[in-house]
Amino acid sequence: MSREIPLSSLDKASDLSVFQLVIKNKNVFWGSIILIIIILVAILGPFFALDPVSLNPMSRLKPPGDAGLFGTDQLGRDVYSRVINGGRISLVVGLTVAIFAVIFGTVMGLLAGYIRILDAIIMRVMDGLMAIPAILLAIAMISLSGATLTTVIAAIVIPEIPRVVRLVRSVVLTVREEPYVESAISVGTPVYLVMIRHVLPNTIAPLIVQATYICGSAMLTEAILGFLGAGIPPEIPSWGNIMSEGRTFFQLTPWIIFFPGIALAVTVLSVNIVGDGLRDTLDPRIARNMR
Amino acid sequence: MINVLEIEKLTVSLPKNADRLYAIEDINLIVNRNEIVCVVGESGSGKSVTAFTVMGLHDKRALKMTSGQILLEGEDITNASPAVFRARRGEKMAMIFQEPMTALNPVLKVGDQISEMLKIHTSMTASERKARVIRAMNDVDLPDPEMMYKSYPHQLSGGQRQRIMIAMALVMEPGLLIADEPTTALDVTTQANILRLIKEIQRRRGMGVLFITHDFGVVADIADRVVVMQEGKIVEQGTVNEVLKNPSHEYTKMLIGSVPSMKPPKRDQVSGSPALITKQINKTFGGLGFFGKGRKVHAAKSVSFDIRAGETTGIVGESGSGKSTVARCVIRLIDPNSGKILINNIDVAKLKESKLRPLRNNFQIVFQDPYRSLNPRRTVGQSIIEGPTNFGIPLAEATQRAKDLMNIVGLQTDSLERFPHQFSGGQRQRICIARALAMEPQILIADEAVSALDVSVQAQVLELLDDVKKKFDLAMLFITHDLRVAAQVCDNIVVMREGEIVERGSTYEIYSKPKHSYTKALLDAAPGHKFFSG
Repeated sequence: MSREIPLSSLDKASDLSVFQLVIKNKNVFWGSIILIIIILVAILGPFFALDPVSLNPMSRLKPPGDAGLFGTDQLGRDVYSRVINGGRISLVVGLTVAIFAVIFGTVMGLLAGYIRILDAIIMRVMDGLMAIPAILLAIAMISLSGATLTTVIAAIVIPEIPRVVRLVRSVVLTVREEPYVESAISVGTPVYLVMIRHVLPNTIAPLIVQATYICGSAMLTEAILGFLGAGIPPEIPSWGNIMSEGRTFFQLTPWIIFFPGIALAVTVLSVNIVGDGLRDTLDPRIARNMR
Repeated sequence: MINVLEIEKLTVSLPKNADRLYAIEDINLIVNRNEIVCVVGESGSGKSVTAFTVMGLHDKRALKMTSGQILLEGEDITNASPAVFRARRGEKMAMIFQEPMTALNPVLKVGDQISEMLKIHTSMTASERKARVIRAMNDVDLPDPEMMYKSYPHQLSGGQRQRIMIAMALVMEPGLLIADEPTTALDVTTQANILRLIKEIQRRRGMGVLFITHDFGVVADIADRVVVMQEGKIVEQGTVNEVLKNPSHEYTKMLIGSVPSMKPPKRDQVSGSPALITKQINKTFGGLGFFGKGRKVHAAKSVSFDIRAGETTGIVGESGSGKSTVARCVIRLIDPNSGKILINNIDVAKLKESKLRPLRNNFQIVFQDPYRSLNPRRTVGQSIIEGPTNFGIPLAEATQRAKDLMNIVGLQTDSLERFPHQFSGGQRQRICIARALAMEPQILIADEAVSALDVSVQAQVLELLDDVKKKFDLAMLFITHDLRVAAQVCDNIVVMREGEIVERGSTYEIYSKPKHSYTKALLDAAPGHKFFSG
């Protein structure tokens, strides 16, 4: 009888839950802390701040400190309350885009990886999508359907899908050749169960990592669209819109652009830092390739 | 006269948390001029660590030399600097590795790779170097060295690549050659040629060779002296005749006893109607390309055979012979292009997956790689009951069946709650057999099921396969490249080459009176067949 490995001598890491393992990573830890603060401010902040859209022509273009924490803009609106309200938009856009891109991408990736005829069709469509610059595609779609929060989210989701599809498909293609998947097929497991039981769990770690990057880039895209005037309607204070409106006064009153800019940078940075940390702990293979 | 290599009381420690303290412990080993010393042991015995430590190639962060010394031609290199090691490697000692594809740089011409050795160690001119490389390639019997000089590794066969590796190792005429399982990744006929070549060059140059292997057949063919290692310690050493004929240590006796003999045991012919009939299976790969036609490979050409219940038919052949293709066609993991596969008089060759699924319980497969055959995220129990529950068997009954099977395959019933990484390779293969048996199949296909296992574990798993075959009256299709294994378990043998069956017959006939020249070549090439056929 060959030696049996005693349970106690097993890898320490396996005793920890995935959460404990992940949070031990410094990037994940500090990134999450910053992100949680941002989220709390975005959720709770607006209750304690002025109305972000109330005009006050008496105190226009006031520097920080004179009127409000971050000063006021050309219509006398409080920049501080606009920035924390803009955070809600950015976070909602980032999160929903990440979730929808992952859901659609995973379904299509699984189909493409497993069914050969669909593979040719789906992947050619994805190649086509990837050939069009994301911003251009988003602007085109928004101008066709009119700018609302929903259409902006849809316009950002669609260009992000190919990334997820490619990732999931590549995982499926490697995993489907694994003998344990072939064993499952040969014991008569139906295709959908093979997918759910044996293939899908292998995609989760890389997907979580990918989702954080999508979240970060979706927030940036939303801000870019807002800045170009093609995004969320101007009456809603998103970071892109605030910056877009403050652009004309940039040299006179830099704080109108400065504060939402900083907020956007810090948020995207913290999301990406969490993403890097997750990649290092959950997906060492990709981490090696990227170095 | 100074010994080529002398290892005295060498101990190398493993990092903390490893399953033992030392990778190798108190090793004493001498390689003389003009002799081949074989180091034999199972995986994890420390034989490769010994070789890598001598070369100074061991992982210095994980493995620490704690005591002992290494003398290379009398020079103490135990704590030599990297610069000294660089100078000695190639000039005084050289190494060849198991996997010739990964040991060669894929983007450089092989001639230039050999020439690099001369560039570093000598002051020869470019034309002198080229002449020397051509001579080295001639020495290892490579055809048309001028041509081959300009080839890239992927253009050569596995055997040719290993010859290039040997030419590279020997171009500086070192006194010591270390060979770490150099023939394990090669086909049996190629292996025989490479072994002959190493022995011939060693005799011609009077080198000392330290030859690492797990295969006692290879030892019998090539060794002058043998060193047997177990868990980092040398348990026995002596001349090849002493050790093979009169092993003193229990472990050596067990290892030699586990080597399957080339002499097939007497077997009764099984009668009755066939459980599996295949007729004219054809399978081609490729041929389709996005732009124009791709390369087409005819992996199985009109393969027909049948197996009765209680009978084991072996398909033997080298890599690329199509034996695995046939197995995968029968189990319908790939679709044959044409032909019939009759199971219970139903032709399953062309059935759609939805029609086939209700019949899948009749035929099951055990794969080669025990580390990839079980889903690492699912418990052993979940893996085993997956099949029966697919066929509508209630969970409680399926679980009970899994428990019974654990007893049959020699594992404890509480194994069901554990995960695959908690088991060794041999145990995992037992689990895979249990999973196949849980379906209550009539036909069991073993695709190289014991090839990845150590020889002692291999013997046990073979025994288990034979047991369950009798117990459940299975028809077994046994795919293997190893003729020694096939001799022990098969009633009938089918010999395949390049997709075609070249010979078939009862195991006894094939081994005693092979008709086809290829079968004869295969039998001749089996390592240690002279020693182990008695």
